[in-house]
Amino acid sequence: MVKPIFSKGKIVAKTGNEMMAEAMRQISPDVVAAYPITPATEIVQIFSQFVADGKVPTEFVAVESEHSAMSATIAASVAGARAMTGTSSQGFALMWEMLYIAAGLRLPIVMAEVNRALSAPINIHGDQSDTMGARDAGWIQIYSEDPQEAYDNMIQSVRIAEAAKLPTMVTTDGFIISHCMAAAEVYPDEDVKEFVGTYNPDRKLLDYKRPFTLGSIEMQDYYFEHRYQLAQAQRDAKKIILDVAKDFKNKFGREYGFYEKYKMDDAEIAIVTIGSAAGTTKAVINELREKGIKAGLIKIRIFRPFPADEIAKDLANVKAVAVLDRADSCSGTFAPVYSDVVSAMYANGVTGPKAENYVYGLGGREIDMNHIKDVYMHLDEVAKGKAQASKTVEYINVRIK
Amino acid sequence: MKEQEHKPTAAELPAGGIVEAGTAAEFKTGPWRSIKPVWNKDKCIGCLTCWIYCPDAAIQIAQDPAGKKGMIVVGIDYDHCKGCGICSRECPPKISAITMEEEKK
Ligand code: SF4
Ligand code: SF4
Repeated sequence: MVKPIFSKGKIVAKTGNEMMAEAMRQISPDVVAAYPITPATEIVQIFSQFVADGKVPTEFVAVESEHSAMSATIAASVAGARAMTGTSSQGFALMWEMLYIAAGLRLPIVMAEVNRALSAPINIHGDQSDTMGARDAGWIQIYSEDPQEAYDNMIQSVRIAEAAKLPTMVTTDGFIISHCMAAAEVYPDEDVKEFVGTYNPDRKLLDYKRPFTLGSIEMQDYYFEHRYQLAQAQRDAKKIILDVAKDFKNKFGREYGFYEKYKMDDAEIAIVTIGSAAGTTKAVINELREKGIKAGLIKIRIFRPFPADEIAKDLANVKAVAVLDRADSCSGTFAPVYSDVVSAMYANGVTGPKAENYVYGLGGREIDMNHIKDVYMHLDEVAKGKAQASKTVEYINVRIK
Repeated sequence: MKEQEHKPTAAELPAGGIVEAGTAAEFKTGPWRSIKPVWNKDKCIGCLTCWIYCPDAAIQIAQDPAGKKGMIVVGIDYDHCKGCGICSRECPPKISAITMEEEKK
């Protein structure tokens, strides 16, 4: 039986989507503007039911597209409201233009995002291609392994976004987390409310006594400074993320960082991945450890800002590492997480470990314990000098020839 | 040697491209014009329709010195008027106090 960690917490059986909607109700934002899309529909559907039932005083704006959803959310945020939205895949892609504007205007919008493959071909299942594509949009990106993390990340994201003045997206893997029920702990409304506090922006457009111009044109002489500010804000956000995690642990008892380390202290071979596959990987590690194979895992939670120095340090002592990407970059070379991990290692002088890149699970393709075990077995051979590390991106569970 | 103008740094600029209100006044957009509105003071009845419609706040108004009407049109701000012709089109047809003329280059 799962026990609550927080003294006043309650264990419930809920899906990722239900937990995200629950977090939104407790956060009680001033405005939510959204348009439905599988597999994120439920989040805003459940939330709009809360609004209709009078369980949350939020102004819910049912818009005609995701581009409008993001636009309305931006408008609400500049007006001084705490504003949120939710989407997935094609809807997220339709928001693209406005994603950059939300970041450029430094608006602390929070988005509940469910990772789903991008068309074509049309596919509704989970992979991380959608948000990985927006990794340079200036948004903070927080990935969740299970419904509990999705809920905890949503609650923390409000404070992170507002302190960093950066829009923040919290994601779950489509269907695997969004629609699968798990035991999870919810905290009482008043404790969540106390934790998130109230939003007091320095400037808001509805403050007609102190009007200002927002989104003005900036040419060669000012644009660069503002884009530098955005990049710097991501660097500065790292401390904010850790401070909020510390407060969260003090209040609710659960520990969060940039990433989770599983059996990394003495690991000789490691996998780095994001999202639900981490659970499967942990189960494989437990098996391998019984056989004396020193396998470990780094599960990235915060992908933007990327915790480069920290990851490099934690990988410094492994002999071989495999980065598992649930998105391909179609760049002719490696996938996004691998590229960041390896450049972090190189920049930090960590050139000892052999590093491999695997793309898996596109369009919801199964990734099971055997697939992960195969990766570890190959890493083990590489670590022992019996096999060469692959120099190109490898694919798991796809019919190539 | 010409002294370098100090432009604010990333550390000095407010985050998010916030600019204080009213900066458009310093940005002279009048030279963009190819046709210009010419206002006939004698025909004008002071209905302020042009002032309401002007997208560039280029219709200048002031208190009626005669005290008969409240605010009246007193001129056109050619530093900011972009010559769109909306004022001329919206001025009541029977009055036609604003005509558009070719801008002499
Ligand atoms: S031409 Fe256009 S910009 Fe110029 S005064 Fe008339 S309405 Fe305003
Ligand atoms: S619309 Fe015509 S009549 Fe009315 S104030 Fe303007 S110029 Fe005068």
